[in-house]
Amino acid sequence: MLTKDIINVEKIRKDFPVLSTTMHKHPLAYLDNAATTQKPLVVIDRINRFLKEEYATVSRGVYILSQNATQECHEVREKCQKFLNAEKLEEIIFVRGTTEAINLVAASYGRKFLKSGDEIIISEIEHHANIVPWKRLSDEKGLVLKVIPVNDEGELILEEYKKMLTEKTKLVAVGHISNALGTVHPIKQIIKWAHEVGAKVLIDGAQGAPHTKVDVQELDCDFYCFSGHKIYGPTGIGILYGKYDLLDSMDPYQGGGEMIELVTFEKITYAKPPSRFEAGTIAIAEIVGLGPALDYIEKIGLEKIAAYEDELLRVATEKLKEMDDITLIGTAKEKAGIISFEMDEVHPHDIGTILDQEGVAIRTGHHCAQPTMKRFGVPATARASFSFYNNQQDLEALFRGLDKVREVFK
Amino acid sequence: MNIPEPKLDHLYQETILEHNKNPRNFKELESPTLYSHGHNPVCGDDYHLYLNTDTNKVITDIAFHGSGCAISKSCASIMTTLVKGKTLEEAQELEENFSSFMTDKEVSEITKEKVGRLKMFEGVREFPIRIKCATLIWHALKDAIKDSK
Repeated sequence: MLTKDIINVEKIRKDFPVLSTTMHKHPLAYLDNAATTQKPLVVIDRINRFLKEEYATVSRGVYILSQNATQECHEVREKCQKFLNAEKLEEIIFVRGTTEAINLVAASYGRKFLKSGDEIIISEIEHHANIVPWKRLSDEKGLVLKVIPVNDEGELILEEYKKMLTEKTKLVAVGHISNALGTVHPIKQIIKWAHEVGAKVLIDGAQGAPHTKVDVQELDCDFYCFSGHKIYGPTGIGILYGKYDLLDSMDPYQGGGEMIELVTFEKITYAKPPSRFEAGTIAIAEIVGLGPALDYIEKIGLEKIAAYEDELLRVATEKLKEMDDITLIGTAKEKAGIISFEMDEVHPHDIGTILDQEGVAIRTGHHCAQPTMKRFGVPATARASFSFYNNQQDLEALFRGLDKVREVFK
Repeated sequence: MNIPEPKLDHLYQETILEHNKNPRNFKELESPTLYSHGHNPVCGDDYHLYLNTDTNKVITDIAFHGSGCAISKSCASIMTTLVKGKTLEEAQELEENFSSFMTDKEVSEITKEKVGRLKMFEGVREFPIRIKCATLIWHALKDAIKDSK
């Protein structure tokens, strides 16, 4: 059973309208939070009110409506700065999501500063978003892409990582928490060692920021990024944090409005960060919606969120381990609320369809991490991923659903 | 497409589950006349298809190998039993009929009759996301036949 006194989950559930709906006549058990999270009313209502009564362009209009919208976006940038404990406001860049953030760093930092023979280190269990941009950059510039292997539990083999680090290493890009396995990587150690050889470090925080407290100054990472929609906010907005001096040394990502200082047909000078990296009209309504999402989780408290989600993981893991036909993929000592598994003789896709009929939403497939699947010798897994709004009933529904799978595939 | 309410027992019928458990012609063929690879990157279904044909373009042997869900595997198994002994042209005709049967908005009685035993996959239509599981091996068959031309 879950320890109940960490948070008031039933009260929290009332803040998420979708959680009281049904799926195929069963109460919805939403366990696909690593893919995207549901939205609390404060986010839905804020976007609704903003679009109805307050919407205008930002940074350009002289009229009051635009000035207020500009101020709203400014305040969300401040919230993000506080959320990550960034030193400067200008270190917070609005992007579309984690994927765009990584592509931005690959293009604006990597293309400018990395040269043939330089080395980038990633890990064997990254999301495609933290593989493809680096592979493309490596192919383009003649860089060497090195991959930290993982052990059978899904933990990075740090001794191997340490051996890879040389003065040729220019960039290390690893996830904070693996989206496919739930492994929490020792990023502080990873960052420290990388800095010892003078390499910069990017942390893909898509699964990190929603589940654990992030302090970019304490971590001393050079870049950290996360997505709004995985942290109870809207799609189409994400955050790239970068140390100011680094950002200031980088080239623009895209060309357009807002990112310039002066434009003539002979010469263009660029704006300072963050504007330099925010060409075109930013995702105004989505930014405004991200504000209350961050307020919401900070009100509950990330320590409590992490403790409660660990409980969900503990209960689910204990139960699944009792099932003889279930194999867990990813059994690291340090894990966040993600549980990937296989069932004997049943393909994950079939598990997913049967669970759907039972009202249980999980993800099945390769989780945009094909090298991870290859490492563990499986074509796909079934993955349940938890949020603080999941309760004992959601877990029971998952377990019942697995019984149903057995019934069909007896 | 008019999707009826999905029912699990329409999807996982006994024959389908039996073929999933004991797939027919589930092996590799050494130096086949025709070969193709069917892959669905979304769910990871992945099959290799091997055909041997004679000078009259009759399929003398067929086999498939790989991994995937119950729907893709059983459909592949049944496909191999149906096209063995048929000409490539006949196999292609069956492929076209099955494709219509799975994806057309309105399926004519003639098409239903032409797909014969494959009618058991009708329930898959209730699960639109699974249709490509059933058609995966048929796409591979189509590719293999295309290569023969």
